[in-house]
Amino acid sequence: MSIVTVQLGQCGNQIGFEVFDALFSDSHCPQGLCSKRENEAYQASCKERFFSEEENGVPIARAVLVDMEPKVINQTLSKAAHSGRWNYGQHSCFCQKQGSGNNWAYGYSVHGPRHEESIMNLIQKEVEKCDSLNGFFIIMSMAGGTGSGLGAFATQNLQDQYSNSLKMNQIIWPYGTGEVIVQNYNSILTLSHLYRSSDALLVHENDAVHKICAKLMNIKQISFRDINQVLAHQLGSVFQPTYSEEGSFHYRRNPLGDLMENLVPHPEFKMLGVRNIPQMSENSLAYSTFTWAGLLKHLRQMLISNAKMEEGIDWQVRPPLSGLPTRGKMSLNKEFHFNTSIANLVILRGKDVHSAELGAFKDPALYTSWLEPVHAFSVWKTQRAFSKYEKSAALVSNSQFLVKPLDTIVGKAWNMFASKAYIHQYTKFGIEEEDFLDSFTLLEQVIASYCNLGF
Amino acid sequence: MTQSVVLQVGQCGNQIGCCFWGLALREHAAVNQKAIYDEAISSFFRNVDTRVVGDGGSISKGKICSLKARAVLIDMEEGVVNEILQGPLRDVFDSKQLITDISGSGNNWAVGHKVFGSLYQEQILEKLRKSAEHCDCLQCFFIIHSMGGGTGSGLGTFLLKVLEDEFPEVYRFVTSIYPSGEDDVITSPYNSMLAMKELNEHADCVLPIDNQSLFDIISKIDLMVNSGKLGTAIKPKSLVTSSAGAFKKRQEKPFDAMNNIVANLLLNLTSSARFEGSLNMDLNEISMNLVPFPQLHYLVSSLTPLYTLADVNIPSRRLDQMFSDAFSKDHQLIRADPKHSLYLACALMVRGNVQISDLRRNIERLKPSLRFVSWNQEGWKTSLCSVPPVGHSHSLLALANNTCVKPTFIELRERFTRLYRKRAHLHHYLQIEGMEESCFTEALSSLSALIQEYNQLDATKSMPAEELPRLSVAV
Repeated sequence: MSIVTVQLGQCGNQIGFEVFDALFSDSHCPQGLCSKRENEAYQASCKERFFSEEENGVPIARAVLVDMEPKVINQTLSKAAHSGRWNYGQHSCFCQKQGSGNNWAYGYSVHGPRHEESIMNLIQKEVEKCDSLNGFFIIMSMAGGTGSGLGAFATQNLQDQYSNSLKMNQIIWPYGTGEVIVQNYNSILTLSHLYRSSDALLVHENDAVHKICAKLMNIKQISFRDINQVLAHQLGSVFQPTYSEEGSFHYRRNPLGDLMENLVPHPEFKMLGVRNIPQMSENSLAYSTFTWAGLLKHLRQMLISNAKMEEGIDWQVRPPLSGLPTRGKMSLNKEFHFNTSIANLVILRGKDVHSAELGAFKDPALYTSWLEPVHAFSVWKTQRAFSKYEKSAALVSNSQFLVKPLDTIVGKAWNMFASKAYIHQYTKFGIEEEDFLDSFTLLEQVIASYCNLGF
Repeated sequence: MTQSVVLQVGQCGNQIGCCFWGLALREHAAVNQKAIYDEAISSFFRNVDTRVVGDGGSISKGKICSLKARAVLIDMEEGVVNEILQGPLRDVFDSKQLITDISGSGNNWAVGHKVFGSLYQEQILEKLRKSAEHCDCLQCFFIIHSMGGGTGSGLGTFLLKVLEDEFPEVYRFVTSIYPSGEDDVITSPYNSMLAMKELNEHADCVLPIDNQSLFDIISKIDLMVNSGKLGTAIKPKSLVTSSAGAFKKRQEKPFDAMNNIVANLLLNLTSSARFEGSLNMDLNEISMNLVPFPQLHYLVSSLTPLYTLADVNIPSRRLDQMFSDAFSKDHQLIRADPKHSLYLACALMVRGNVQISDLRRNIERLKPSLRFVSWNQEGWKTSLCSVPPVGHSHSLLALANNTCVKPTFIELRERFTRLYRKRAHLHHYLQIEGMEESCFTEALSSLSALIQEYNQLDATKSMPAEELPRLSVAV
């Protein structure tokens, strides 16, 4: 089954390119550490999911590129064409001239309705190229105007028009110290709208990825390209093919469906975080060896202590002793807190993957009480190594990972809203104070729900 | 990609405008070596086939044939505009996009605004519509003028109202030269005050600049150049004041150095909209991010570096120095000290080989020494444009919405009051039809209200941030 990707705005398009590039490079990587037949099956599965075939044999990304100004799309298209290995469809993009001015209201209320038909037509064409549609992957940032506002509008359209297909929004959480001054407004409006129309929100924080680049990858002068490549690597580690069940050697056909089924049991809880280890520069990789036991131990501790990367993990955080009645509500002020999960998915790729021992992830103490660990935890595997890492482990978690960042953004937006600063820029295009209040209410609800998972 | 139209009004406006077009051509020639008419260059220039009679058939793609500036030149005296049209840039201007008169405005805002305003309204509308027609997607009008005289000040602000009515969706960015202390035009306080009211009401964004600051910057550069402190020579093209290597070399005029600074400001302001980069910033984003309340739309600007040394290897310490300089009061284009006042918002527009980590490192470093208003503690807007300006490997333009503009306005009000109290020269204004004393008193209260807004914000500086309780929800 195939996934159609919608790349929105500058961020969405810049990342989208790196994602397809990472997927392609990995699937053609000679160091798969498995048999030729295995490798071919992997490649074929990846191809079916993400690329379609053109006459001249060059794979075409199953993607629709949307932006309200032309510079980024032009760059993205030319980068893909120059790579010579894969390309975007000739008629897969929709562009305007003026941009959204970092204004969510403009993206949502003006560009959205104005270009609804054109954009949905493009998506329809891409969907028709698929033998069978698994769902949509929408890449967007929250801070700007197009990705955020138009992204929210487009997701709603997808909800209406393709109600049977799954939608996963890949959201970029902006740097805490702004890239855009009104980013907190744009973010809360985006999140509240997506919460109603998307099936899952997979979040990547710029601050976290930046630290990975600095500390783990040892990059001195970090560019957005570096950040996007780390992000693409993380996404690839989740969405590249894996076996459909324990002991099987056929590749999973319904990744989005399986993921949603495992991780989003309740519509109130849609926020997913990703962790992927190991992550290091190629030079360091040459000198490192890994064991599954070591990797999984680290990954588990990253999960329960909410570490965003493999360095600086707090080993003091422990799951509460089982048998104790309640752990209580999560306090947002406490520095180190045990991260309660609703559901977790671990994805293992590489050598001897069947020997990996995952019992520690099934500990009921990790989870909220309303799901049995057998339902709360799932694992996907493949022997085929990912992107030159002999062994790699990814975690997709529906847990309290994102409560603090969400609370921070809501707090800042609220603070600014109280002074009414910048509101005139939104009311100009039909987003009223009421809409802001609705968004705040919804998100406070989400925060409260996640905080109470410990009960 | 969008287009912008420059409206240069009055002597000052046209002289700055002239420098701007020379530097714009220089910049595009450096970037666009194959002389293809691309989207970047189309933002400020039309490509015209001059063989076609009449309007000059516009060519939208392909090789550059003849570039015409998207500009309208307005002056009520002929001297400056004639000089431009006889100078080396004559081919760049469309001779039909001019509005001139002979008698001048006599340093009288009322003559510029009321007399010439009504006289030339139709013509102005016609030229504006023409320029707009030539644009695929017109996003912005840049108005360049001075505040202290008659034409730039009076007719320039009349233009704002016309633009607002005729093109409400197009942004109006105004670059205004404010009179310095030792201004020799006696009536400049009247002119500036009357113009301020119009700027308050009809401009989207104003970049106030004063001659004294520009002059101080030039002195600083001269000092460095002549002090012999620098081991190696300065690259001539890199001087923010020079037009070396400009497309058409003209005889350097006295104000050229100062005007080039303003011209560079405009180029850097629009660079991220014209050229590609990893974090683009379009012109509509400037207003969105930097104007939290409609009246507070005055942005203090600073440009760094002022020159580049011929030494090509710039260690990152120099890069950091560039950021520090942007916040020093010596680099502001208006006499203001942003570091010791309150920031409402700040934009950093970086060009050249600078990455997001450099930007973040410097924001972290400088943040503690800057005071931001309580509801915008991390009020930073950033952009990264890959194309550096001519002669530099990187540059930074900082735009601050900061209460440090207040002293300029207070001083203006004081100078105005001193004149007005004595009714000095008032009759020159009141004898113009449509002018009454109420024009003056209204302008005064408009400015006072603005100053009061800044006062209120400043008062919050020392108060602790009041945290409004969050919404509580039942779970």
